[in-house]
Amino acid sequence: MKIVCLVKEVPDSEAKITVENGKIKETGVKFIVNPYDEYGIEEALKIKEAGGEHQVFILTFGTERAKKVMESAMALGADEGFLVADGSAPDCDSHTTAKVLAAALNKIGFDMIFCGKQAIDDDSSQVGVRVAEMLSLGHASVVNKFELTDGKVKVERQIQGGQEVIEMPVPCVITCQKGLNDPRYPSLKNIMAVKKKPRTVFTLDDIGLSADDVGVNGSFVEVTKFEPPLEKAPGRVIEGEPEDTAKELIRSLREEAKVI
Amino acid sequence: MAFKAIDYYNIDELLGDSELLIRDTVRSLMEDKYQPAIAKHFNDGTCPLEIAKDLGELNAFGVNLEGYGCAGSSDTAYGLINQELERVDSALRSFSSVQTSLSMYPIHRWGSGEQKERYLPGMAKGEIIGCFGLTEPDHGSDPSGMKTTAQKTDSGYIINGSKMWITNGTIADIAVVWAKLDGEIRGFLVEKGTDGYTAPEIKNKFSLRASVTSELSFLDCEIPKENILPDAVGLKAPLSCLTQARYGIAWGVIGAAMACFDEALQYAQERIQFGKPIAAFQLQQEKFAYMATEITKMQLLCLRLGQLKDAGKATHTQVSMAKRNNVAEALKIAGMARGILGAAGIVDEYSAMRHACNLESVYTYEGTHDIHTLILGHDITGFKAYR
Repeated sequence: MKIVCLVKEVPDSEAKITVENGKIKETGVKFIVNPYDEYGIEEALKIKEAGGEHQVFILTFGTERAKKVMESAMALGADEGFLVADGSAPDCDSHTTAKVLAAALNKIGFDMIFCGKQAIDDDSSQVGVRVAEMLSLGHASVVNKFELTDGKVKVERQIQGGQEVIEMPVPCVITCQKGLNDPRYPSLKNIMAVKKKPRTVFTLDDIGLSADDVGVNGSFVEVTKFEPPLEKAPGRVIEGEPEDTAKELIRSLREEAKVI
Repeated sequence: MAFKAIDYYNIDELLGDSELLIRDTVRSLMEDKYQPAIAKHFNDGTCPLEIAKDLGELNAFGVNLEGYGCAGSSDTAYGLINQELERVDSALRSFSSVQTSLSMYPIHRWGSGEQKERYLPGMAKGEIIGCFGLTEPDHGSDPSGMKTTAQKTDSGYIINGSKMWITNGTIADIAVVWAKLDGEIRGFLVEKGTDGYTAPEIKNKFSLRASVTSELSFLDCEIPKENILPDAVGLKAPLSCLTQARYGIAWGVIGAAMACFDEALQYAQERIQFGKPIAAFQLQQEKFAYMATEITKMQLLCLRLGQLKDAGKATHTQVSMAKRNNVAEALKIAGMARGILGAAGIVDEYSAMRHACNLESVYTYEGTHDIHTLILGHDITGFKAYR
């Protein structure tokens, strides 16, 4: 089985994000594999390790820079990596991103597709499901339990008040939720092996798309501006005797903060 | 606050992708699992023995060796692993140094094909733990005077003598022991449980409390003839193992220094005295300028030493320079950081004092600071001053 794991390059969750002229400043920011995508890779590796003829592929769409993240994902133990590299990637909305990934999936072939339930940068939570729709595949999102037996997938997802159990045939798309598994650390041997494994970089042309299909041209949604959250004003310490400070506190909450 | 690794000269840009990934992987494991638990281990005087399995699963043991289940990384990557281990505690780095540089390395370099097949794959996985017996109660800096002997018999060798200050001795499955056979230093492999071999733990240490330190005792301990390292002859053999380990230490202590620097800086930026953070006072700033400069120099020394070692060109005297300088500076930085932390620095919520205690051992083991000074003095002037 060809198991393809979709991986997005995202800023490290600990990175300090700054905005300059309405755009996110990327210098000095470390980029990592989207943490939710790691659950998908782990699940794919578990299928492979359970035995049978399986291959685990990593598929990424991003700029040239995303090659590093593709390789980091491969270091977890994948067999082959694919990057669709195009400068328009940051300007693509979920629809366009899914279009690119679906075209690449058609090119490389697939029997099963995993991805994270969302990317931790834009939190759109749409790409996996859109890919499934474009490829006319079954899908289940926000999955926290996965089983594969005799070409049939049985998954569980948390819904209000309980667990929903879904069965469907492969190929299908699963978007992964925290708790699905415990993603491994890459072994150092696998890190060393990445450079010896096949890594393919596609252009848009390679997957049958053109510049008109992507970026601002191909997207329904355009991000016009980023703004950092408003800085919180520093706290104020009210000093004095308890009787006075209590009165002052009530006055401030009523008249200044207007919360009581 | 999360740890922020000081990289004042953008040295990360000079490291390879796989080296960075290896470093970050070990850093994640350390932060997730070992950092939260280390202070308790230190206080209780216990070693987090699961480190064997965890580093084994990562292929971090023997990482810079080729074949036999080893990852075959660069020496620079091996150095970076040590840095991340020692950022948590010198005990963890010591565990890895002994396994990789002092136990696997001699078997890999001088062992027979059969010895390599028998031990190295299990050691790479952390399933077989090794130790290294060179130092004796009466022979530390002067190993050539060792009293431990090996006597040839029809079926093998009989070893008599004792070894002291042996990291991982009590828990080791296999000891690489150096002894004189007909007056010549040779290496022997002694398995745990061999009659006449015991390895009691040395207790009551103020330093490396999360590491097992032992005495090895051999009383008419008979080992089979296939347990001699066939190609290790003379003092050069154990000394070349020490060169490997010292190289790792030079990198490792950068981690300890970075940890001390980072926690002192975060504390000083938040600790308010006389109405402003103590980091705003000139006396503290001088310390931070000193620490940042010395850490950067330590990093640059190791980076270049790693490049030389990867090219097969590093000399043991270059390794001595890095070990000597980096340990002394790390020890100084740990003390400075403790001072900046004030009273808070004496409790186990902070790591600087634990690092300082550990680094006192690191200052002494693997060639004392003074011995490295004399090695350099000899190399630079042409005159031997240690004899």
